Amino acid sequence: MGCQMEYTLNKNKNKGSVGKRITLFFVTIVIVLFIPLYTLIKMIGKSVNSNFLNFEKYKSKNFILDYIVSSWLSDKDKAQSNRIFVFFLFPALFTFILFVFVPFVQGLYLSMTDWDGLNTGRENFVGLLNYQSIFSDIRFLFSFSRTIVYSILNIVVINLVAFLLALLVTQNLKLKNIYRAGFFMPNLIGGLVLGYIWQFIFNKAFVTFGGAFATSLLTNGNTALFALIGVVTWQYAGYIMMIYIAAIQNIPQDLVEASTIDGANAFQRLRTITLPLVAQAFTVAMFLTLVTSFKQFDTVVSLTQGGPATLMPQWFADLFGVDSNVAVQSTSLVAMNIYNTAFQNYELGIGQSKAIVFFIFLLIISLLQVYFNKRKEIEL
Amino acid sequence: MTQPNLKSRNHFLFKRISKISLEIFAIILLLAFFFPFFLVIVNAAKPLNEIILRPMSFPSDWLSIIDNITEILGRTNVDYFKSFFNSIIITSTSLIAIGVFSGMAAWVLVRTKTKYSFWIFMFFLAGMVIPFQVVMLPLTRLLQTLKNLTGIPFKDTYYGVVMAYIGFGAPLSIFLFHGFIKSIPIDIEEAAIIDGCTKSQVFFKVVLPILKPIFVTLLVLNGMWIWNDYLLPVLIIGLGGDTKTLPLSVANLAGFYDKEWGLILTSVLMAALPILILFFFAQKHIIKGMTSGAIK
Repeated sequence: MGCQMEYTLNKNKNKGSVGKRITLFFVTIVIVLFIPLYTLIKMIGKSVNSNFLNFEKYKSKNFILDYIVSSWLSDKDKAQSNRIFVFFLFPALFTFILFVFVPFVQGLYLSMTDWDGLNTGRENFVGLLNYQSIFSDIRFLFSFSRTIVYSILNIVVINLVAFLLALLVTQNLKLKNIYRAGFFMPNLIGGLVLGYIWQFIFNKAFVTFGGAFATSLLTNGNTALFALIGVVTWQYAGYIMMIYIAAIQNIPQDLVEASTIDGANAFQRLRTITLPLVAQAFTVAMFLTLVTSFKQFDTVVSLTQGGPATLMPQWFADLFGVDSNVAVQSTSLVAMNIYNTAFQNYELGIGQSKAIVFFIFLLIISLLQVYFNKRKEIEL
Repeated sequence: MTQPNLKSRNHFLFKRISKISLEIFAIILLLAFFFPFFLVIVNAAKPLNEIILRPMSFPSDWLSIIDNITEILGRTNVDYFKSFFNSIIITSTSLIAIGVFSGMAAWVLVRTKTKYSFWIFMFFLAGMVIPFQVVMLPLTRLLQTLKNLTGIPFKDTYYGVVMAYIGFGAPLSIFLFHGFIKSIPIDIEEAAIIDGCTKSQVFFKVVLPILKPIFVTLLVLNGMWIWNDYLLPVLIIGLGGDTKTLPLSVANLAGFYDKEWGLILTSVLMAALPILILFFFAQKHIIKGMTSGAIK
């Protein structure tokens, strides 16, 4: 709240001069940082490459000025392409550095501090203490294991449903274009909005069926996770289906005809022709579903808010040798755990170290997945 | 005339029946897929007590959807028109900026064959594997620091959000453009230079039009992401911000414990409708864009 107030105060103070400040900011960045840096790198590169020992060149007093004029300001082709190189690269590279690279590097440091979100710049360096504490934080471990279970189930279910849908709509049906567009449609709507729709369906609509649905699926930890998988499958299967459709349509038709003439039935055709030839699409689809499953956030926020809270399962408590008398959030996946650590508990340092553990894990898993799938592709 | 072969006739009949049953199965599946949409539309036109009593039935009075809509338009924490306008501004500006800036960057990276351009390209590629969660906490801090240093508020402003989207969207876009530009023969550009174009004219008048197909792919991919994004806006804009987008408005309305489902479902409908209408008209481009973007 303190930040907010300071913010509004400053906003009023600087009214009217923001545009000027922005221009100034960018001009300063270009002049002060970018051009000298680039020139310096080029000069170093040059001297290292060829004429490191050629002192003739350095005899001229205005060497640096000459260099800048000849490679930046003159009409020569080289100067022109240098200018173009910098000015064309600048917008993308600058925003990328400012919004991705700098926070990433800063994050590596902040994950080793007791940063609490006040941004006073007075946080203390605590070394690897945060990492130590998150690996003994049973709730984080639980959330992580839930995410892994969720992701595995999700990848299997989405890919299975998507592949079957793709097989269905490539069967030369009359309304196949309508089916394709229809199955794809849930994907257009954002995860947050979808979550609210389904929260309504589970909590208000399905309960009128009675029977197994009499109490909402979202009130039990395990069924809530399955409900989440169902919702995400509904959302995402149509998109993955499109990838499979593209792959299935790329299968040469004469191959299918030849196998039919040879007497292969539908199942044999599927196993020996379709599956090997869409193997590449499997790699892509697995990768996409893997990454989106692990990063799942929006739908959880709106569908379950991470809940319902349950007691920790006995087997999980036994596995880590802790008391099972701990309340845990049963659908609070890692992305949400990070968010809550930061913005509910105000332990941003710990949240950041969780994020980095998450990042490294995701990187390793996705690299392994692509590596093994590629090997499988060759085998098939 | 010979009798038609009985076996082949049976076979033909079997094929026909299986095809029809497959068609029926697909239709049922499609209806099941549409069921949630049906529930949203039906319940958006009901007052709260009717929703609780009969969530599955058709509304007794379709016109109560108008009551719900006017109620939503009157809510100050939703601010529908403003957040709709914000969403349009942010999405369209980001899309054009990402497209043009990444195109420019990718072009000079392909056409300047030095080791710098190789390493800068690799630097961008590395950005593709970084999930937003790793960057989000330091980013909020960085924006605050930047404001303290320069006096420019990046939070809750259009340019701040757009710049963030350029930064996060650039790696994938540059990657796709890079692959595409490599396949464009350089002769065209050389011919343009001989005809008297300057280098920047070569890009904007010759190369950019050639990039159109991949540009459309990126419009779709990035557009779907930015229009529906929640995490980045909630951090940079905030739920109560002046420049809040549609997902934030829906979250504002639905985030309370006491849920007014009639209003929530109406707002969901109003948030989803623009993109569904767009899909209706540009279906081919959208599907093609999303698929080809993924495969590359």
